[in-house]
Amino acid sequence: MNLTLHIWRQENTTAEGRFSTYRVEEISPDMSFLEMLDVLNERLINKGEVPVEFEHDCREGICGTCSLMINGVPHGPEKGTTTCQLHMRKFKDGDEITIEPWRAKAFPVLKDLVVDRSAFDRIIQKGGYISANTGNAPDGNAIPIPKPDADWAFEAAACIGCGACVAACKNASASLFVAAKVTHLGLLPQGQPERYLRVTAMVEQMDQEGFGSCTNTYDCEGACPKQISVRNIARMNRDYLKAKIMGN
Amino acid sequence: MKLDSKIPSGPIESKWSNHKFDLKLVNPANKRKYTVIVVGTGLAGAAAAASLAELGYKVLCFTYHDSPRRAHSIAAQGGINAAKNYQNDGDSVHRLFYDTIKGGDFRAREANVHRLAEVSLNIIDQCVAQGVPFAREYSGYLSNRSFGGAQVSRTFYARGQTGQQLLIGAYSALSKMVGSGAVKLFTRKEMMDLVLVNGHARGIVTRDLATGKIESFAADAVCLATGGYSNVFYLSTNAMACNVTAAFRAYKKGAGFANPCYTQIHPTCIPVSGDHQSKLTLMSESLRNDGRIWVPKKQGDNRPPSQIPEDERDYYLERKYPSFGNLSPRDIASRSAKEACDDGRGVGPGGRGVYLDFADAISRLGEKAISARYGNLFDMYQQITGENPYKVPMRIYPAPHYTMGGLWVDYNLMSTIPGLHVLGEANFSDHGANRLGASALMQGLADGYFVIPYTIGGYLAEAKQSAVNTDMTEFKLAVKQTEEQIAKLISIKGKRSPTSFHRELGLLMWDKCGMARNEQGLKQAIDKIPAIREEFWQNVNVLGDAANVNQSLELAGRVADFLEFGEMMCHDALHRNESCGGHFREEYQTEDGEAKRNDDEFAYAGVWEYTGLGKKPNLHKEPLVFENVKLATRSYK
Repeated sequence: MNLTLHIWRQENTTAEGRFSTYRVEEISPDMSFLEMLDVLNERLINKGEVPVEFEHDCREGICGTCSLMINGVPHGPEKGTTTCQLHMRKFKDGDEITIEPWRAKAFPVLKDLVVDRSAFDRIIQKGGYISANTGNAPDGNAIPIPKPDADWAFEAAACIGCGACVAACKNASASLFVAAKVTHLGLLPQGQPERYLRVTAMVEQMDQEGFGSCTNTYDCEGACPKQISVRNIARMNRDYLKAKIMGN
Repeated sequence: MKLDSKIPSGPIESKWSNHKFDLKLVNPANKRKYTVIVVGTGLAGAAAAASLAELGYKVLCFTYHDSPRRAHSIAAQGGINAAKNYQNDGDSVHRLFYDTIKGGDFRAREANVHRLAEVSLNIIDQCVAQGVPFAREYSGYLSNRSFGGAQVSRTFYARGQTGQQLLIGAYSALSKMVGSGAVKLFTRKEMMDLVLVNGHARGIVTRDLATGKIESFAADAVCLATGGYSNVFYLSTNAMACNVTAAFRAYKKGAGFANPCYTQIHPTCIPVSGDHQSKLTLMSESLRNDGRIWVPKKQGDNRPPSQIPEDERDYYLERKYPSFGNLSPRDIASRSAKEACDDGRGVGPGGRGVYLDFADAISRLGEKAISARYGNLFDMYQQITGENPYKVPMRIYPAPHYTMGGLWVDYNLMSTIPGLHVLGEANFSDHGANRLGASALMQGLADGYFVIPYTIGGYLAEAKQSAVNTDMTEFKLAVKQTEEQIAKLISIKGKRSPTSFHRELGLLMWDKCGMARNEQGLKQAIDKIPAIREEFWQNVNVLGDAANVNQSLELAGRVADFLEFGEMMCHDALHRNESCGGHFREEYQTEDGEAKRNDDEFAYAGVWEYTGLGKKPNLHKEPLVFENVKLATRSYK
C-alpha cells in the first residue's frame, strides 16, 4: 500500500517544530507501524536526508518505550495496543497518517518524536516502592494474598510507563500512571506500612512535575495499551484523602 | 592472561557459605568511601545498584534508556525458577543444580551453578517482599508451573509478564535508593569505554544520547550488567538497542571473553514474515506446557491444519523424546524444528514454521482456562500475525534469543581485569552451553541481589588502590579516543545505512554460525566479516550531527563492534570440535542427529584474549571439573 505521512519534525527542545510530509510506497500489511517508519528512514538515509527520530526498543509491547500520537490517538487506532504492535493491515492504501510526539508540559520534546519522560521516574522515586532491603524478606508463602487482591494488584502492575495516559488527557494528567502504582502496592499486605506516605508523596511529586489534574474524562483508560482501569484513580483519591485526614 | 576461578574448597553444599565467611568485609562506616559504577539497569544491574546502595556504597548507575525500567529483562515472559519445592514434587537445591548442569550440557562451572540453586530460594522471598504480584492459588499461596528441561514444577510466574514484574520490583528498589540520594542515576548515557588505572578497572566513558556529550566517571570498582549479544544475528528476540559494545570494549581492554559461540536459539518464536522484519517475537516457552508441536507427516502438505487428520500429523517431540515430549530443552526443540523444515515438512510461508497447537488443551480445559494462562501471549500472536490461535494452531520457528557466552568471571563474578565485575547475561558463568527456561531471571537476580553485594566487599577490602579522578591521563585519553571514533563515524558520509551493514552481518552469522555450524561455513564467515567491516568504515552513512539525539550514530557504533565481535564468535565455534547444547557442529553428531560432545578434549571454558584488530585472538582454557554430577550423554528420551 502507499501512504502519505505528516510527521512532526523538531530539531531540539527549544527549536520550533513543524510537520513534514513524506510519501511511502509498497508498504506490506504485515509490517508493524514502526517497521513502516524504518522503511521511511532507510529511504531518507539513502536520499541523504536526516532520518526521523522516534523511540522504540523491545517491539513486543512491553518495554513502554514507543510513544507515537497517530492521527491524534496515542499508540494509534487499535485498542489495548502499543505502537510497536500496531500493524499496517489496520490501514488502507492511500491513507494519510499524522504522527506526533506525546504533547504535555511535563514531557518536553527532545527531537522529532522523542520526548523526555523522566518525570515518571521521579514520581516513582518519591514513593513507588515497598522498602524491603535485600535480605529482609520472610518466606514467600509466609504472606498469603487473597487471589482477587493479587489479581487486581497484577492488573494495576501491568502499567508499562509509556505515558499514553498523559498524552490522551486534555489536562495532561498523570493520574492513571500514579494510581496504577498506588493500587498495585496499596492492595498487597506488604505495601501497608507505607501505604499513606506513598500516596501523598507520589501525588505531590506528580503535581510538582507539572502534570494536570484529573477531571474524569476517562480518555486515559481508553488510550492505555494495557487497559488499566480508571477505578484505580478512584482508589488513589480515597487513599490520598484518608492520608490527608490522618495527617500524613 | 591468567584464569583463576577462585572456586572455594570444601564440599559443594558449603562452598558458598564458607566463602561468604572467608571474604573480607568493608566496615559500614567505610563503605560510603567507596564508589561503585553499575552499567545497565536490567534485573542484574538494578538489583546490584539497589543492594550495594543499601549496604552503604556510593553507586553511580548508568543506562542508555530513557528510564531504568526499559531494560530488556522486561520482556521475559514465562517465569523464574526456584527450588522451593512448594509443590511437594521432589524438588530440591540439588535437583535444580543437577538440572541446570545437565541442561547446560556439562559446560558450566559446578560451584557457580550450585550457588545459583541455593540463592534461588531467597530471590522469590525478596521479590514477594517488594510486591511482585506472582500468580497465586485461591488459598493465597504462590502458584507454580513447569518449564523445559525439568520434571518438577518450580517456575514462579506473573502471567506472561514475569520479567516485567521482576524488573519493576528491582526498579522500585533502585528508585528508592535514587530518591534517597544513595544512587546517582544517569539515564540516556551509553558506556563507550572502560578506563583502567594501574591495571584495575576504575571508570567508564559515556556518551549522552540526548546531547552527545562525552564524559568520564571514576570509581573504585565497575560492574557491567549489560546483557547479551543475540543482536549480532540482526534478527533476534532481543530489543532493538541490545548490543555487545560495553562487554566488547572491556574485552579490548583485556577482559577475557568466554564461550562466545554458545548462543541459544529459542524454539518458539513467530516466524519471519518478510524482508522488512526488524525483530523476532518470542512466544513464551510456557506455552509448551499445554501446546503440542507438530508438522504434517507428508512433505509439502499444503492443506490447512484443520484438514490434516490426526494420523497424518507428526508430533515429533513427543515421538522422539517421550519422557520430556513438548518440554524438551530449548536446543533440542529448536534443532528438531529445523530438521522437520529442512525435511520439507515445514508449514506457512516459505515452509519455515511448525505448528504449536492448543486444540487438545482447549477441549480439555476450556478456552477460558487457556486464556487465563496465556491470554496476553495469544493476543500478541494475533496482533502480529492476524490469525486467531484459539481457532488455528500457532506457527512458530526458532530464533536467536539468549547468549550463554559472555565475559569470563571467577567465582566472585570478577573478570580478568581486577575490579571489573560482570553480572547477568553479560557474563558466561552459569548456563554452560544451553540455558534452561526460567533460569535467566534467576541468574540475573542472583548475581545482583545475593552474590555481588558479598563479593565486591572482598575485592574492595583487598584491592587497596589509590584514589583516582577524571582529570588523570588515563581518563582523558579514553575520552579522546571515543570522541575520535564518533567524529570518524559522522565524517564517512558513504552510501549505505548502518542498518544495511547490520543486516548483512546478521544474515551471514545466522547462515554460518547459527543453529547449525560446520567448518567450511565458519571459515567462509571468518574470511567475509573483515571485508564487511572494511566496507563499513569506508561507506557507512551517518547523517545528522553528534550533539543531538542521533539513533543512526548510536546504531553505527554498535554495529562497528558487532563487526569485530562476530569474527571472534566464529573463531570460537570453529575451534570447538564438538557439539554441545546451543553449539551444534554438523560434523559432530550421533547417528540419530543428537549433539555429540567430546569431553576428553573440550570439557573447558574457552576464553579469548584480544590481540588487535583483525588478528586471531588467543585462546585460554579453564578446565571444568565435575565432582558432583557424573558426565553423561544428555538424554530426554
